[in-house]
Amino acid sequence: MAEIKDTIARLFPEATFEDGDTLLVNIPDKRWHDLASTLRDNSELKFDFLVTIVGMDWADKLGCYYYLTSTEYNTHISVKVTTEDKEHPMLHSVHDLWQIAGIFEREVYDFFGIVFIGNPDMRRLFLDIDWKGFPLRKDFDESEENNPVSVESERQSDFTDTWVELPDGEVEKRQVRVFQPEDFVVNIGPQHPATHGVLRFRTAIDGETIKKIDVYMGYIHRGIEKICEKLTYPQTLHFMDRMDYFSGHPYHHCLCMTIEEAAGIEISRRAQVIRVIMDELSRIASHCLFIGTFCMDLGATTMLFYTLRVREQILDIMEKTCGARMTFNYGAIGGVMQDLAPDFVQDVKALLEVLPRNIKEYNKLFTGNVITKNRMEGVGVLSKEDAISWSVTGPSGRASGWACDVRKTDPYSIYGELDFEQVVKTEGDSMARFKVRMEEMEQSARIISQLIDNIPDGEYCVKVPKVLKLPAGHWFRTVEGCRGTFGVFLESDGTTSPYRLKLVPPSLTAAAVVDHITRGNKIADLITIGGSLDYIVPDMDR
Amino acid sequence: MPYDAWKDNEYIEKLVKELQANGTNVVVGSLDKLINWGRSNSIWPLTFATSCCGIEFVSLGAARYDMARFGWEVARSSPRQADFMMVAGTIVKRMAPVMRRLYDQLAEPKYVIACGACAVSGGPFKKSYHVVMGIDQIVPVDVFLPGCPPRPEAMIYAIMQLSRKMKVEKFFGGVNRKENQKEFLKAHPIQDVEN
Ligand code: SF4
Repeated sequence: MAEIKDTIARLFPEATFEDGDTLLVNIPDKRWHDLASTLRDNSELKFDFLVTIVGMDWADKLGCYYYLTSTEYNTHISVKVTTEDKEHPMLHSVHDLWQIAGIFEREVYDFFGIVFIGNPDMRRLFLDIDWKGFPLRKDFDESEENNPVSVESERQSDFTDTWVELPDGEVEKRQVRVFQPEDFVVNIGPQHPATHGVLRFRTAIDGETIKKIDVYMGYIHRGIEKICEKLTYPQTLHFMDRMDYFSGHPYHHCLCMTIEEAAGIEISRRAQVIRVIMDELSRIASHCLFIGTFCMDLGATTMLFYTLRVREQILDIMEKTCGARMTFNYGAIGGVMQDLAPDFVQDVKALLEVLPRNIKEYNKLFTGNVITKNRMEGVGVLSKEDAISWSVTGPSGRASGWACDVRKTDPYSIYGELDFEQVVKTEGDSMARFKVRMEEMEQSARIISQLIDNIPDGEYCVKVPKVLKLPAGHWFRTVEGCRGTFGVFLESDGTTSPYRLKLVPPSLTAAAVVDHITRGNKIADLITIGGSLDYIVPDMDR
Repeated sequence: MPYDAWKDNEYIEKLVKELQANGTNVVVGSLDKLINWGRSNSIWPLTFATSCCGIEFVSLGAARYDMARFGWEVARSSPRQADFMMVAGTIVKRMAPVMRRLYDQLAEPKYVIACGACAVSGGPFKKSYHVVMGIDQIVPVDVFLPGCPPRPEAMIYAIMQLSRKMKVEKFFGGVNRKENQKEFLKAHPIQDVEN
């Protein structure tokens, strides 16, 4: 940490530093792009993974936090860039350094109206073209009259805006085309059985070959981040189940951890073990459903019935303890909501017994199949460099050879003590993404079997003040969700509700990379590739 | 399910009474019965799931809850082949026009079930700036099914409820629930679309 600070201070004397959970660098906007390229390219720093960009509105100024990680040295850093101009806020874009930055910047523009100079595509990301106002600003007018419900189709434009900096320092707005007039554009979604929810692709094709895909999100944007600002901390928890509804437990875990860290709450060992078992159970359930729906997309409908069998068994276990089949709301600040059901251990053991047989069956039925191989092997290859640059984490990133499992790189809870392997493959194609998930189920089972026999006694939830106030400050924590790195950024101003709660979903990057992977492939492969990336639309839209 | 186990018999009885206010022709009445028997036992849903509730709908289709027992398993991806729309999931403002268009594309006679707290009233997202607070602002709804998400058993109950409603309808002439639907569509017009 100290060396990083010295290196930056030497090269950028105007930078100031703040110590927190990660080192925070303050830099004026005009030096930001230089700092960014140094951070990425300097051989001592090598921050090649942009975790997220958090837009902020501090009432008197607007700005962003950039969270960066070095995959080589496993170090973290954050950078804060601000602007005081609230009428026409502008910052410099870094889309040329990290590919994913283009999408992250669009998100910030959509929510805060901050324009990024140099970003080639400054359209809204989640809200439609005629939406009035920037919802995450503190002075946003939320009234129904401002943006009424309409049944008229939204306006469509083939143009996008970009702001270019001229040599004399002036900034000029230009219009550019997204699709060329001669392009043949096919619309896929938002209502389409293979898009896994309401995602929309505008696809330019040449014969059957994909030339370009423009991804439209926001058909299930529910504004969770803004709602959370109006709720108390315990009230914000239940939204975690409703984003990525397959990995509710890990998401709860992350938000609880962040709040507990901020409030200085120590939780009991029993609660930690329960949380980890639940995380891993939901990982198995999630991957089961992935396999089922993915195979169904490829035409193997029967697989869905086989995989749902295991999933139902897990849901039964969950239901006995949490009281719900999907929206568990089980994590609580200070531990978990209720104690385990009396026959929890017995049920989990029964599951562990049948799981290997089931996985073997899936492999026999599907993985070795000739059609499967033809459709998946070598289709949609994502290289390791691209996976990092596009921030594609989770099983999809690991299929490209990037060892990005947060449970290993930054062990949280009790993962550091457990014996399991990180599944990494190097092919980077759809088959690898599929196999990584298959094998991860085995690893999850391995983790559970280590814990299930010795769940320690103790309280399942420690005493937490009824009215929970967090000290002023900000925190950022990540966990390994079922689909990749899930992060929570929390800024508190010392009251009972968050000043800003930013959720960093893994599905957003997975959907953003679709354009990059599918170019040059056949349109039928879009289904394979999209399915193998396994994004959940309400997760990316929030 | 035995008649007494239903919770809303009054409503159905009222509906029957209204429909039979002018008496029934013997021939047309028997034909009606035959057609409605067929219709109410093969209701095909449109695959339409936006979020969490949709996953429970998938469970409903799988072996454990097995909606094929009731003749509902033919989930269609094209609205033109479906009988009803199970709106499973949150509908947001950007999705509203799309959903309305899907509804308009359904072949008559068509029905809508609002499945889950979100579709009924906005549910957990009541304070949101982008969620439609109840899909009855966009399309006429036949059955409201609360729950977050409703259990698959509850979904079975809701669809059975719909099929009861279908059974008492008049297919040939006379007044039926289509009147309400027409009024609704007149009150919520879309440019250049005739209802
Ligand atoms: S009602 Fe609950 S489960 Fe259903 S879509 Fe809404 S939030 Fe999800």
